[in-house]
Amino acid sequence: MVPHSWYLILAAALFSVGMFGVLARRNAVAILLGVELMLNAVNINLVSFWRYSDVFSMSGQVFSIIVFAVTAAEVSVGLALVISMYRRRNTVIANDVDMLKF
Amino acid sequence: MFTTQTFASILPEILILAIGLLVLVFEPFWKGEQRRNAGWLTAGGLFVSMIICLLAGRPGDPEMTLGGMIRFDWLGFFLKMLFMFAAAATALLLMDHDRAGKRGEAYLLLLASLIGMNLMASSADLVMLYLSIETASIPLYVLSGFLLDDERSTEAGFKYFLYGTLASTIMLYGFSLLFGFSGTTDLYGIAGALASGKIPPLIGFGIVSLVVVGLGFKVSIVPFHFWAPDVYEGAPTPVAGFLSTASKAAGFAVILRLFFVVFPGFDQIWTMTFAVLSAVSMTVGNLLALPQTNIKRLLAYSSISHAGYALIGVVGFSQFGAASVVFYLAAYIATNLLAFGIVMAYSRITGIEDIREYAGLSRRNPLLGLMMLAAFLSLAGMPPFGGFIAKILVFAAGVQANYIWLVVVGIINSIIGLYYYLNVLKFVYLYRLPNEDEDRHPVPLTQPYMIALVVLVLGVILIGTIFAPFFNWSDAGAFNLF
Repeated sequence: MVPHSWYLILAAALFSVGMFGVLARRNAVAILLGVELMLNAVNINLVSFWRYSDVFSMSGQVFSIIVFAVTAAEVSVGLALVISMYRRRNTVIANDVDMLKF
Repeated sequence: MFTTQTFASILPEILILAIGLLVLVFEPFWKGEQRRNAGWLTAGGLFVSMIICLLAGRPGDPEMTLGGMIRFDWLGFFLKMLFMFAAAATALLLMDHDRAGKRGEAYLLLLASLIGMNLMASSADLVMLYLSIETASIPLYVLSGFLLDDERSTEAGFKYFLYGTLASTIMLYGFSLLFGFSGTTDLYGIAGALASGKIPPLIGFGIVSLVVVGLGFKVSIVPFHFWAPDVYEGAPTPVAGFLSTASKAAGFAVILRLFFVVFPGFDQIWTMTFAVLSAVSMTVGNLLALPQTNIKRLLAYSSISHAGYALIGVVGFSQFGAASVVFYLAAYIATNLLAFGIVMAYSRITGIEDIREYAGLSRRNPLLGLMMLAAFLSLAGMPPFGGFIAKILVFAAGVQANYIWLVVVGIINSIIGLYYYLNVLKFVYLYRLPNEDEDRHPVPLTQPYMIALVVLVLGVILIGTIFAPFFNWSDAGAFNLF
């Protein structure tokens, strides 16, 4: 069986890649993709923790399913906001969204 | 499994859901001006629900319901009443908003977010906690970007969403590690696992940091505050008021439950972290508020500094500290909603958000000027208003926990805060319109504003003068926490 730590390292690496994407990319859709990667890292964590501990307690599985559902809701709202931004300002580049500032 | 207690524990949420359905059913039948009736329905419904809950839904001894998802106790109950009060006031303020007030979905989103906040205050399980935080946040993203024809509003929604998802994802990663190392999602079970040393200190420190990022965003403390001024400025004003009060208070409810119940073993680490964050939030918030000319941005920076003051009570890490935080939130919800309500009432007539353009308000509408005096003096922490007692209590909690330096920083910051609050009042009371013809430029208040603002003023004064019952409720809540 694959050692548990491999999964945790994979999740941590995926989380970091996603985080880098969020911080470095300027396109709003790419930022959303970065967030998605981070959420998938969380799901890998949850499912692997479930698999390597008490398999009969379902809380890890349930948690990851709820994370799926919430992510879907969040991303649909996010894309709607990106589209409303694009219609108003004709851009999805986060750097150009700078009307409100100090 | 389903007993009366089960239903009593989620009675507020059931009633809110019923109000939402009523709004959905009635809204299509209303035409034109009638559509603002959705606001009366929401506010009236919430008022009736609060009375029903106070009569029939009061908690007894703390009890786990719904399979351990909800903890039915006084802390959750008192905070739920506060959130419902805030949402009712927001619905009234929203009614006469030119572009959002006649649309039923605005009230529906408000109610959906309210359900999330209520569950945040009482959830006792990681899954429930995450779900309720997202239920509270997602409708608020939409509400911030609600005015599709307004560039500033769409930008506010866009920014709030990007920062919000990132922060909540980071927090969720912390939750997943917390679940993994303790093997359970039940908060009290996790506390047991932590106490028995199942989680190595280094991992524990990492989890605490990840969770602080997510919750710090929700309550907008420095350095997770960047979204607040932009979102408050761009979002519809009543929504900004709701964001800065109920949403922040819900974040504090989670902070109290999570850190006091789950992480008492790491108290050395997190009390120091929060002490530093609190000092930085107060100082940065107040200093950045000084040069602001837009009143909503000024209130945003002031709300950042208020999150810092409330954190002093959390740093206290005692029953009294928790009670002082809850009391602070009660006073702050009434005060800041009042401030945002006045801003809304004024900019609705004049279309102006610049502080310098508040000249002569005391002559254009004396009552509104007087309310503004109450709101801003309460924000500054002057007796006899709620903000004064609330500040005294959190400072006392800080002193009790031997964080004297933090309290000194807090007091110095209160003095800085006084300067910019009084600066606004200077324009309201001492300056006049260029032609001194204030009589010809009145600022009339419509009925919903009148009701909401008068109730909020009464709340601010009551919390500041007859504070014993409010403190007793806060203390009962804090007692249930342990």
